[in-house]
Amino acid sequence: MTTISSAEPTRRDFLYIATGAVGAVGLAAVAWPLINQMNPDASTIAAGAPIDVDLSPIADGQVIKVFWRSMPIFVSHRTAKEIKEAQDVDVKSLPDPQPDSARVKPGHDQWLVVIGICTHLGCIPLAHQGDYDGWFCPCHGSQYDSSGRVRRGPAPLNLAVPPYTFVSDTKIRIGDGGQISRT
Amino acid sequence: MSGHSTYQPQNRFLQWFESRLPIGGLIHSSFIAYPTPRNLNYWWTFGAILSFMLGVQIVTGVILVMHYTPHVDMAFNSVEHIMRDVNYGWLLRYLHSNGASMFFVAVYIHMFRGLYYGSYKAPREVLWILGVIIYLLMMATGFLGYTLPWGQMSFWGATVITNFFSAIPLVGESITTWLWGGYAVGNPTLNRFFSLHYLLPFVIAGVVVLHVWALHVAGQNNPTGVEPKSDRDTVPFTPYATMKDAFMVVAFSIVFAWFVFYVPNYLGHADNYIQANPGVTPAHIVPEWYYLPFYAILRSIPNKLAGVIAMFGSIAILAFVPWLDTSKVRSANYRPLYRQFFWVFVIVCILLGWLGSKPAEGGYVIGARILTAYYFIHFLVILPLLGLLEKTKPLPQSIYDSVLKHPTSAGGKLEGEPVTASGRKS
Amino acid sequence: MTKQRSLAALVFAGAFAIVASAPAMAMEETPHPPRQSWSFAGPFGTFDRAQLQRGFKVYHEVCAACHSMHLLSFRNLSEPGGPAFTKAQVAALAAQAKVQDGPNDAGEMFERAGRPADRFPSPFPNDNAARAANGGALPPDFSVLAKARSYERGFPLFIFDIFTQYQEQGVDYIVALLHGYEDAPQGVKLPEGANYNKYFPGHAIGMPKPIEDGRVEYTDGTPATLDNYAKDVAAFMMWAAEPHLEARKRIGFQTMIFLLVFAGLLYFAKKKVWSTAPHTPEQHA
Repeated sequence: MTTISSAEPTRRDFLYIATGAVGAVGLAAVAWPLINQMNPDASTIAAGAPIDVDLSPIADGQVIKVFWRSMPIFVSHRTAKEIKEAQDVDVKSLPDPQPDSARVKPGHDQWLVVIGICTHLGCIPLAHQGDYDGWFCPCHGSQYDSSGRVRRGPAPLNLAVPPYTFVSDTKIRIGDGGQISRT
Repeated sequence: MSGHSTYQPQNRFLQWFESRLPIGGLIHSSFIAYPTPRNLNYWWTFGAILSFMLGVQIVTGVILVMHYTPHVDMAFNSVEHIMRDVNYGWLLRYLHSNGASMFFVAVYIHMFRGLYYGSYKAPREVLWILGVIIYLLMMATGFLGYTLPWGQMSFWGATVITNFFSAIPLVGESITTWLWGGYAVGNPTLNRFFSLHYLLPFVIAGVVVLHVWALHVAGQNNPTGVEPKSDRDTVPFTPYATMKDAFMVVAFSIVFAWFVFYVPNYLGHADNYIQANPGVTPAHIVPEWYYLPFYAILRSIPNKLAGVIAMFGSIAILAFVPWLDTSKVRSANYRPLYRQFFWVFVIVCILLGWLGSKPAEGGYVIGARILTAYYFIHFLVILPLLGLLEKTKPLPQSIYDSVLKHPTSAGGKLEGEPVTASGRKS
Repeated sequence: MTKQRSLAALVFAGAFAIVASAPAMAMEETPHPPRQSWSFAGPFGTFDRAQLQRGFKVYHEVCAACHSMHLLSFRNLSEPGGPAFTKAQVAALAAQAKVQDGPNDAGEMFERAGRPADRFPSPFPNDNAARAANGGALPPDFSVLAKARSYERGFPLFIFDIFTQYQEQGVDYIVALLHGYEDAPQGVKLPEGANYNKYFPGHAIGMPKPIEDGRVEYTDGTPATLDNYAKDVAAFMMWAAEPHLEARKRIGFQTMIFLLVFAGLLYFAKKKVWSTAPHTPEQHA
């Protein structure tokens, strides 16, 4: 049907290519807000701001549970026995090797702060249970020691340590100070 | 007039799939090879624009529902949460609220196009009636959606509209209570309106499928009203109509974007930024602009039941237009008398809309009564009489002939006389 | 032809008669608020940060005694597109507020210092308490008030407004209202407890004149006049109602340019496509 010279298709094609390219850009620009709206909104992010926890009412050997970003956080005031057990373990023998010193703040050995979510499938482990003076997860039997490290059971990783700092000797701020640290 | 499928998939997988579910062939024969009159003007792009707007409303609507709470104590605040906290929430909300208005702009243009060119005439009566059904569903959807932000207009508009049903003798009160789920508009009402508002757009989509199917049986009407007689009268839908539709969708989006980004609350009502208060009625309850002509008709009749009947009648009468219009000639291009009455009718509708926004007092009521009477006279008296009495202009022999004589109505560069093969390249 | 022309003329005449008599039929004699000039008006409008900060000060020191703003949180004050307070200022502001929290483990509600994520505190615990303290009238919440107030523009202004982008009816009204307190004219009797205001529909407003020159001290040298208070608090209320206004207009400009370019490309592509439509009898063979 056409008896066009070879120069013409290039000019015509350029127009179609340009139109198509601009259209693709437009489509991407439209798609972005539609996808981004599902990301956490400003009020959710604001509600996840750091929280302060007062350590003074927590007795020796007591574990309390607070919520930060909808996650349960265990704050454990460890006894001397629990600290020694945690430090004396042969790190290489652990399923997820990590020394106790990497899981507490220097000079504050007696305070263990971990996210209370079992690293297997997400249940909340129970404190002061299991064979390791730590936690026992009733869902599938994982056991954690007094440093929150996994010892037995299907859980692959130690209980995660949230970012936190000591505002003073008797107060911590959870949510401040870096990323959630998993091994 | 959809052509038989000439679709031959090249690739093995597509051939395998096509023999099991011939959707490729269906798309090909309906939207690619489909013969389209070559003289369609830009008024014919509004079907595609409407499909686009339905898509926009469904996408933005489904996303808004991810963040909205349909409870009387939380609805208003959840909408503000969307506006303030949700990423691009303000954009999604304004797209949806202004999108509803743009949807109606497009549907009115689409309907007036049909009235002007006689697109409702045989064999397109069912196509037209399906369109009236879509329009009714759109009005219901728009009303239900407007209640969801639970502002003053949401609440009181819902109260006024649901009170229509109490006008029905004997069963009216029970029906109204049944609609409300209580003794007044309240939380049960909001929840069910939310459910129905989510449902109806998909019902609309279904009826749109029927509408396009009915269209493809008869083929498009065209500005001459003369049906295509040969292949010379048509071009394949893709790329000819597709490109025109694509251009107009974007052009329409420019107007849409103007409202969304620069005057997003222009078409709304300030009172809907006040939380619903069942104890305080706003000074002037007004529905959204696209209902105003019917609101004017409703209020112009002093009797409650008669007013409701007149209002619904003014929409229902559209379904009878294929039979009310007795003219043998389709397009107003060849009906000089009808053309005048058509434009008068357009102005009457606009004026009725303006009157619907005014308080029902004094001169406004008189004006609304005159125009309501004219509205019905147009359909019941003028249309039937014109068909019998009008002297129409002679029709062109074919679409192709009309395209030759009127070069600007086709897309190509025609200079009046047909050009010889040696002269023109395509 | 003439029959149709005169018919059309009749309809037009009727229409104009109705439109022209509209003012005489107007039920409200409330005057239109004078147009102010706002930094955030128009397609390239932005908020004046200093004005928003002053407006917040006026709200905080004067209006917040009766008017809640419960959809705003302290953190909004430091978010982009607003008064641009620093995070430290916001934390300090929040800490001044007392917020009810709880129940604690003993089941009791308790008070604590505010945090940035907290909402602005309301002066009254509920609407009934607000009414009881204000002679039965409810001081409206400020969060979206600038969008919840408007006035009838009338024909043909309402057509022009689409193109001029006039969206500041609410703030113009608020400024006018604050200036509008005057003595009731001769023969007008106000209901018990009402005050006469020129711009309030019906003229009888529950709120007494809330502010006058010198009531709030401005720290940036702006004169402490009622006019400035009115404009600053209205601008603050506009931001409170539309915190994303700047982003909306900015993205709007980008979108319009994009759409115009895209429409142009599509138009020429359409013309190119249609130039290939067969248009001689021979080509149709």
